[in-house]
Amino acid sequence: MSYHLPKDLEETLILRSRAPNQVVAGCTDYFPAKRQGQNGVDIVDISQVAQLSGIDNVDGIWRIGATTRWSTIAKAGLPPCFDGLQAAAREVGSIQIQNLGTIGGNLCNASPAADAVPPLLTLGAEVELRSVRDARNLPLDKFLTGPRQTALADDEVMTAVIIRNPPTDAGSAFQKLGARRYLVISIAMTAALVRLDRGGRIDLARVAVGACSATARRLPKVEKKLLGKFPIDVKISGSDLHDLSPLDDIRGTRDYRLDAAAEQCRRAIRDAAGVGL
Amino acid sequence: MQACDPGCSGGGALNKLNSNPVTKFRLNGKEVVAELPPGERLSEVLRNRLDARDVKVGCDAGDCGACTVLVDGDPVCACLMPVGQAEGRQIETLKGLYASDGIAEKLAARFQDHGAAQCGICTPGMIVSAAALLRDTPSPSVQQVQDALGGVLCRCTGYRKIIDAVVSVGSEPERNDPSGQVGTSIHRLDGMRKLTGSEKFGDDVAPAGTLEMLIIRSPYARADFKFGPLDRVSQDNPGLVAVLTAADVSGKNAFGVIPDFIDQPVFATTQARFRGEAVAAVIGDPDAIRHYDPATFPIEWQELPAAEDTLSAMSDDAPQLHPDHPGNIMCRGVVKCGDAKSALAKADIVVEGSFSSGYVEHAYIEPEAGFAEIVDGRLEIHACTQAPVMDLDSLEPITGLARDKIRIVPTAVGGGFGSKLDLSVQPFLALGALKTGKPVRLAYSRSESMQSTTKRHPSDITLKIGVTKDGKLRGMEFEGVFNTGAYASWGPTVSNRVPVHASGPYFLRDYSATALGVYSNGPPSGAFRGFGVPQAAIAQECLFDELADKLGMDRLEFRILNALGNNMPTVCGQSFEQGVGIKQCLNALRPAWETESAAVAAFNATQSTVKRGVGVAAGWYGCGNTSLPNPSTIKSGVRADGTVLLHQGAMDIGQGANTVITQIFATALGVPVDKITVIGADTDITPDAGKTSASRQTFVSGNAARLAGEALRAKILERVNASADAVLIFDDGCIQVRDQDEPHDIDLSTFASVDGYVLSASGTYDPPTKQLDENGQGEPYAQFGYAAHLAVVEVDLSLGTVTPLKFVAAHDVGKAINPLLVEGQVHGGIAQGLGMALMEEYIPGRTENLHDYLIPTIGDIPPIKTIIVEEPDAHGPYGAKGLGEHALIPTAPALLNAIRDACGVRPARLPATPSRMRVAIKDRMDETASTKA
Repeated sequence: MSYHLPKDLEETLILRSRAPNQVVAGCTDYFPAKRQGQNGVDIVDISQVAQLSGIDNVDGIWRIGATTRWSTIAKAGLPPCFDGLQAAAREVGSIQIQNLGTIGGNLCNASPAADAVPPLLTLGAEVELRSVRDARNLPLDKFLTGPRQTALADDEVMTAVIIRNPPTDAGSAFQKLGARRYLVISIAMTAALVRLDRGGRIDLARVAVGACSATARRLPKVEKKLLGKFPIDVKISGSDLHDLSPLDDIRGTRDYRLDAAAEQCRRAIRDAAGVGL
Repeated sequence: MQACDPGCSGGGALNKLNSNPVTKFRLNGKEVVAELPPGERLSEVLRNRLDARDVKVGCDAGDCGACTVLVDGDPVCACLMPVGQAEGRQIETLKGLYASDGIAEKLAARFQDHGAAQCGICTPGMIVSAAALLRDTPSPSVQQVQDALGGVLCRCTGYRKIIDAVVSVGSEPERNDPSGQVGTSIHRLDGMRKLTGSEKFGDDVAPAGTLEMLIIRSPYARADFKFGPLDRVSQDNPGLVAVLTAADVSGKNAFGVIPDFIDQPVFATTQARFRGEAVAAVIGDPDAIRHYDPATFPIEWQELPAAEDTLSAMSDDAPQLHPDHPGNIMCRGVVKCGDAKSALAKADIVVEGSFSSGYVEHAYIEPEAGFAEIVDGRLEIHACTQAPVMDLDSLEPITGLARDKIRIVPTAVGGGFGSKLDLSVQPFLALGALKTGKPVRLAYSRSESMQSTTKRHPSDITLKIGVTKDGKLRGMEFEGVFNTGAYASWGPTVSNRVPVHASGPYFLRDYSATALGVYSNGPPSGAFRGFGVPQAAIAQECLFDELADKLGMDRLEFRILNALGNNMPTVCGQSFEQGVGIKQCLNALRPAWETESAAVAAFNATQSTVKRGVGVAAGWYGCGNTSLPNPSTIKSGVRADGTVLLHQGAMDIGQGANTVITQIFATALGVPVDKITVIGADTDITPDAGKTSASRQTFVSGNAARLAGEALRAKILERVNASADAVLIFDDGCIQVRDQDEPHDIDLSTFASVDGYVLSASGTYDPPTKQLDENGQGEPYAQFGYAAHLAVVEVDLSLGTVTPLKFVAAHDVGKAINPLLVEGQVHGGIAQGLGMALMEEYIPGRTENLHDYLIPTIGDIPPIKTIIVEEPDAHGPYGAKGLGEHALIPTAPALLNAIRDACGVRPARLPATPSRMRVAIKDRMDETASTKA
């Protein structure tokens, strides 16, 4: 096994083209998954590639470099539509994890409980993928194909998360549910992005739920139902969540997850709309 | 592009990187160069290549934060950072921060003031994280401290003292009474070692480069196995030097903690009885061990049907774990007095309930670790342990060595809570050192620590309690089944203790309690803070609330009405003429009970989604072994130069024995504690102070220390015929004795020295008890300690989440030798009780790490008010009683009673996770709706 620490993207893509190998950055998922004595494939550590890190906004197109750390995202000055993402950033593991873990790593690891996914879905995020042979962008929901599965090709590297013209006048929020305060994997989590018209009715609504299906999902039916409503009148029940298919596991039962996700949706929508829980 | 050897990555600069893997960075201000693969964990490099063993490893997964270091000022888990990423960066560890950063020095002082370091294994992570916070935020709020330290787990302190220490960093230091006499809250005597990173734990003592071991374990709960060609292991893996199996056990391949139940093999021979059981070990140089894949070990497994719980273990077709225990029944404990059945028949109100709980993991942040070497033909084992002499007792038959050929040198212990009473790494280290003739090192990974070491017993309890209309208890029947797992460990102790304690500290004439210990294909259940009593207390205290409600009585007053007092027999027929302090504890809660109940009612009147509740529960615990001898001996001596040495063999596992035993000895001798040099529990030089368990050290070893101090004092006074209240001053080479201002100088240089001491004295104490008869009647303990907790919680009815808001804990400790350490025990016990109630359940194969097995974080423990009640005990040193287990016993039932008070539900199974809580709340809502309909 070789361990590579390329300094620039070109070198990264060349290394990556020599499959098999694994890309790492923050290593917060890589090391915990590493088993005794299993040396595995070559590692391409992209954490030192400066151009893959940082947040910028050019003409309304926001670009979050794939190796941007959670703590950077949490502290950045961003419009309110990113509040949900920033709240999620602060809920990732702990400060220690936020100082290492990256947004791209969170997406490529593709845990059904990945904290980044629900808020990024509500922001309509795309991922930018590069290889020596191709450059392509994929909508996030097309990139995530299943639990621990993505559309990333063997020679590709995720270089950025792209958010095109987000509704910067919308509010957003994130709800995470776990059995303890810090260092917790979500039982369920919900992100909402909501804009109100002048009369205080919802005129833009995006809601996504994580840890309740193979990959986190937007809830188009719920979103549609919200339009024209006052946030305080919003009622969501388990029957509104047919798009979800949670599992029973040690953290919670299927029924509980549906039940809790419905309540989280209600709270996240109100929080995003600024009307309090 | 040129052709390339295998393993080489490509051209130009890349080749250079691989052929010459050098990482340069600054460690604590000094430039260092690490020549090694850049993919190695920074924690590994710091600890084993750069000697920065102040960086502790608890999980290797970013779950515990013990390895926190600062990288360019930002806290990160060193276990998650490849060392290559450190290139050119500034790494700071606790040692470096303490030496160079005034903030760390202040933090250390405040941690001492507040007793915020107990075992000390999480302390480096805590201080480093707090230092990073304080650089940016000099006066942080509690919330900011919690956010900053949320990634560091602590299992001892309950976190509140840590919060207090960090928020007070800018304030004046608290005065530390240097005399340290009994009753003073002196700083922990070994505290600064823990706070500066110099404390040596189990994995901190082996020289770098020592041969290491890897244990091969069963992946199945039950499986037969056969080895393939074992000699291939070292042939195929350069650097591996030996394989150990049962065939290498030079003595008897069996260990255990109770003479009639020595049933656990060091290595299983043909069948593994639980997932994680050791079957073999490989030994090799550190790199070879790191790269060894246990899946390549030549072994063939045949998985067999397993009985993992007691129900299946007691079924007719269950596998029989031990042939001499038919039906998998390990043993049964019984206590009976009066006639419970007919009393219950005559009672006005009877309630009954079933309660079940799962395995609970000790989850100390230090996984078991140590090293062994052969020195002058003797085997020396350096490892973390709660019971060095018991380790010696067990290793003697396992190795077949004469007792005087074995030396146990305990390291500092990074938390124990009962599990480090049993052997873990010790027999492997012993056999490894004997086989190779070389020093051998072994540190368990987090998952093997969780898989293979003991747990709290899963329990299934049914309980029936009756009362008469006047509120007096009238009959109790308790039946508990306890899953002891594949081997007995302390299971028999649990079976014996539970029936003695299941009544709670209440007066009952008619009582019947049975506890059945059952073998299964689960991990061995052993000792864990309370030995089964916490599980029993949950059943009894929860049903007490139901009884009080049916009676229409106040829940606290119902308990006070029935509480034991002096001269009232326990269910074992034991009456204490003095020292029964449970009523005082319950009474101490009354003001908080009244104000909190009113506050909760006012809150609930205005809220519908969240509801608050307040709950109380009591507990008691007999200190020391149950009707069995458990003597402690403490030795002391004076050197010719006038220094006083205390051979203190009571293992300090974070609770503070090093400090408390010294305070007692110093008080008895009549000198300040800073005159005493403490020698640890090295079995070559320090007598046996028994095991650190059963809340016995302050009581039993404390008495031995008192006796030693008094005896040494008497010897000195005798020399000059001084009176009993003479003042002693130890000086260079002499002792000044001032007797009513009449000075005598004892010149020590004229004294003959024996074993290095010109004067010496020992004290031995064994608590007086009497055997229990077949009905459990007798005198099981010389003293009990008593406790009552009050908890306030908030329940989110829609999500099922429970947020504890406050605890008030009243503890009768007889005499608080060190009130600060008493508070530390109380806080830590509450944190563990809270975890057991709300989040902790060990499931083999599912929760074998600290992100699936959840223990409370710094954000989960609310403020705790400790009320120290001192009802002196005639047997205790200066009246002191034990405390360790008491601190946990009332916590879970107090929380469960508060939950029921808030929302009317009690989950039938622990832990009360949000998922289980929500189901119970929904069921109750449905029930209420249908009743209304």
